Amino acid sequence: MNIVVCVKQVPDTATERKLRSDDKTLDRDAADGVINELCEYAVEEALRLKEAHGGEVTVLTMGPDKATDTIRKALAMGADKAVHLVDPALHGSDALSTSYALAQTLKKIGFDLVILGSESTDARTGMLAAMLAERLGTPQLTLANKVEISGAGITVQRVTDYGFDKVEASLPAIVSVVEKINEPRYPSFKGIMAAKKKQVQTFGIADAEIDAAQVGVANAWSEVADFAVAPPRAAGTVVKDEGDGGVKTADYLASKKFI
Amino acid sequence: MTEILVLVEHVDGDVKKVTLELLTLARSLGEPAAVWAGPGYSEVAKGRLAEFGAEKVYVADSADIVDYVVAPKAELLASLVASRAPAAVLIASTAEGKEIAGRLAVKTDSGVITDAVGLGEGFVADQSIFGGGVNVHSRVSKGTPIVAVRPNSTAPVPSTGAAAEEKVDVALSDAARAAKVVERVKQEKGARPELTEAAIVVSGGRGVGSGENFAIIEKLADSLGAAVGASRAATDAGWYPHAFQVGQTGKTVSPQLYIAAGISGAIQHRAGMQTSKTIVVINKDPEAPIFEIADFGIVGDLNQVVPQLTEEIAKRK
Ligand SMILES: Cc1cc2nc3c(=O)[nH]c(=O)nc-3n(C[C@H](O)[C@H](O)[C@H](O)COP(=O)(O)OP(=O)(O)OC[C@H]3O[C@@H](n4cnc5c(N)ncnc54)[C@H](O)[C@@H]3O)c2cc1C
Ligand SMILES: Nc1ncnc2c1ncn2[C@@H]1O[C@H](COP(=O)(O)O)[C@@H](O)[C@H]1O
Repeated sequence: MNIVVCVKQVPDTATERKLRSDDKTLDRDAADGVINELCEYAVEEALRLKEAHGGEVTVLTMGPDKATDTIRKALAMGADKAVHLVDPALHGSDALSTSYALAQTLKKIGFDLVILGSESTDARTGMLAAMLAERLGTPQLTLANKVEISGAGITVQRVTDYGFDKVEASLPAIVSVVEKINEPRYPSFKGIMAAKKKQVQTFGIADAEIDAAQVGVANAWSEVADFAVAPPRAAGTVVKDEGDGGVKTADYLASKKFI
Repeated sequence: MTEILVLVEHVDGDVKKVTLELLTLARSLGEPAAVWAGPGYSEVAKGRLAEFGAEKVYVADSADIVDYVVAPKAELLASLVASRAPAAVLIASTAEGKEIAGRLAVKTDSGVITDAVGLGEGFVADQSIFGGGVNVHSRVSKGTPIVAVRPNSTAPVPSTGAAAEEKVDVALSDAARAAKVVERVKQEKGARPELTEAAIVVSGGRGVGSGENFAIIEKLADSLGAAVGASRAATDAGWYPHAFQVGQTGKTVSPQLYIAAGISGAIQHRAGMQTSKTIVVINKDPEAPIFEIADFGIVGDLNQVVPQLTEEIAKRK
C-alpha cells in the first residue's frame, strides 16, 4: 500500500506568532518552525498501517526551504521517503491554492491512501482534507479516531458533534486524524541517523504541473484586509481560598449578573 | 435584495441556535434563505426559521444527504449557488461545517473564510487568530463569499420572515456517495445545553481526579444551566466522553462565562476557549498558566470550592 502523509511546518505555538506587515501573510521567520502536532499523529497512523499491511510511507510537504527540518522529523519517525514541494510562487497560498498544489502533486506521485492532520495550529482551517477529497474525487474519511483497512476496503470512526459515525469506503481514500487516534512515537537515535540518508525529492511548481496563476498570495481567493495585535486581556483578580473560595466566587458571579 | 444562503444545523428536527444567529447576521446583509439538508423538516422547524427572518427555505430532505460524509451537502449548496446566485453562503464554523465550506469553495471556485466571529458590510469577516493574539479583518476576493461563522458570535434576534418553502431535488453524483455512514453512535449529554451553544460552560480537567468526581462539575453546571466541558487529560482518561472536549482538537466555545476547574491551561486547551467573555478559574496551583487569562480566580482545592459554590448559587436563587 502506497501511503502519503501530508505534513505541515508551523510556527511553534510556544513562541509569539505574527503576520508580516508587507503582504499580511504568516511571518515564518519570526518563530521557530516545528511539525504541526496533528501531523505527527498522521505520520504515526501511516507507520502503523504500513506495519500491519505492508507498503511504503511517503511524506509530502509544501513549504519553504526550512521545512526540510519537518520532513527529517517525519523520516526519523520511520517514513520511507519524502517529497518537498517548494517554489517561491507558492508563498502566501491560501487553503484553496494549497489544496490545489497538493492535489496536483498527489496526482503525480500516486497514492492508495493519503493521511492528513485534521487541523493545523496556524491556519486552523481544518479544510485541507475535505478539499483534497473534492479535488481528487476520492472518498473523504475525515476526523478519524480509528482507521481499519481490509483488502480494498477502509472503515473509520469519524468524530461528530454527538459521538461518532462509522464510515465505510474503498481505497484510494483521503483520511484526516484527530489526536485520540494514537500516541506518536519518538524518533530513535537509529531513526534519526537513518533519516539523513533517506531520499527527499524536491518538486517545483512545473514538476507538479501547477499553474502559477492558481497559487501564491497575489492569486488567493481571500485576503486579509487589515489586522491588529489584540489588546491583552485585563489582569483579573486571583484570591487564595481561605475556606470561603466558593462564596467569593459566587459573589463575583453575582456582581457580573450570572446569578 | 439579494439572497444569502444559510445552511441550517438541526438535530432531531430542531433548529440549532447557531442557525438563528446566522439568520440574524444574514438579515443585516441581505435576504436570508435557509437551506434544509436531510430528513426531518417539520412545521416546528419552519416556525423557527420564519421567526428569525428566513424569507425562503430550500428543502432537500432525502436521506442520502446525511448518509454520506459531507460531500452531498456541498453538492446541494453548489447547485443552489449556481441556480440562485446568492450574495454569500453562511455555514456554522464547526468541524463538519468547515469541511462543507471547503468542498463548496472548490466546487464553486469561491473564496472561503473560516472561524469568523463577526461579519459586516461587504462580507468583511472578523477573525481572532493565534490563540486570540491577533484580530484580523478578511474578505473573499473571488467568487461567492463562503463564510463559516463560529457559534455564539452574535445574539439571535427574532424578526418574522415568510419562510416560503421550495423543494429542491439534488441528483447526487457518485463521488458524493463515496464515503457511507453505516452507523451513528450517540454519546448521551442528558438535558444540558449543547457545548458550543451554551451561554455558560463549566469544564473539568485532570484535577477533578476521576470520572465519578465529575459529578461535582455537573452539579455546578446544572445550578447555572450550563454545559459541561472537559480538558483532553479528562477525556483521554475516560472520565468524560470526547464529544465534550474543549480545545484545539475538541470544540471551540465562546460562552458568556467559562469556568475552568482543575485545568492547567495548556495552549491547546486555550485555543478552544480563549474568546470566552468572562473566565473564572479554580486551581490549586497559583502558577497554573490558566490564571493568566482569568478574570477571576481562586487558588484552592476544587473539591472544596466547587461544591461550596454550587451550594451558594442554590442559596441565592
Ligand atoms: C495535538 C494535541 C492536541 C490537543 N488538544 C487538546 C484539546 O483539544 N483540549 C485540551 O484540553 N487539551 C488538548 N491537548 C492537551 C494539552 O496539551 C494538555 O495536556 C491538556 O489540556 C491538559 O489537561 P489538564 O489541564 O486537565 O491537565 P493538567 O495539565 O495535568 O492540569 C491539571 C491541573 O489541575 C490542577 N489540580 C489538580 N488537582 C486539583 C485540585 N484538587 N483542585 C484544584 N486544582 C487541581 C493542577 O494544579 C493542574 O493545573 C492537546 C495536545 C496535543 C499534543
Ligand atoms: N503546506 C502543507 N503541506 C502539507 N500538508 C499540509 C499543508 N498545509 C496543510 N496540510 C495538511 O492539512 C492538515 C490540516 O491543515 P489546515 O487545513 O491548514 O488546518 C494538516 O494537518 C496537514 O496534514
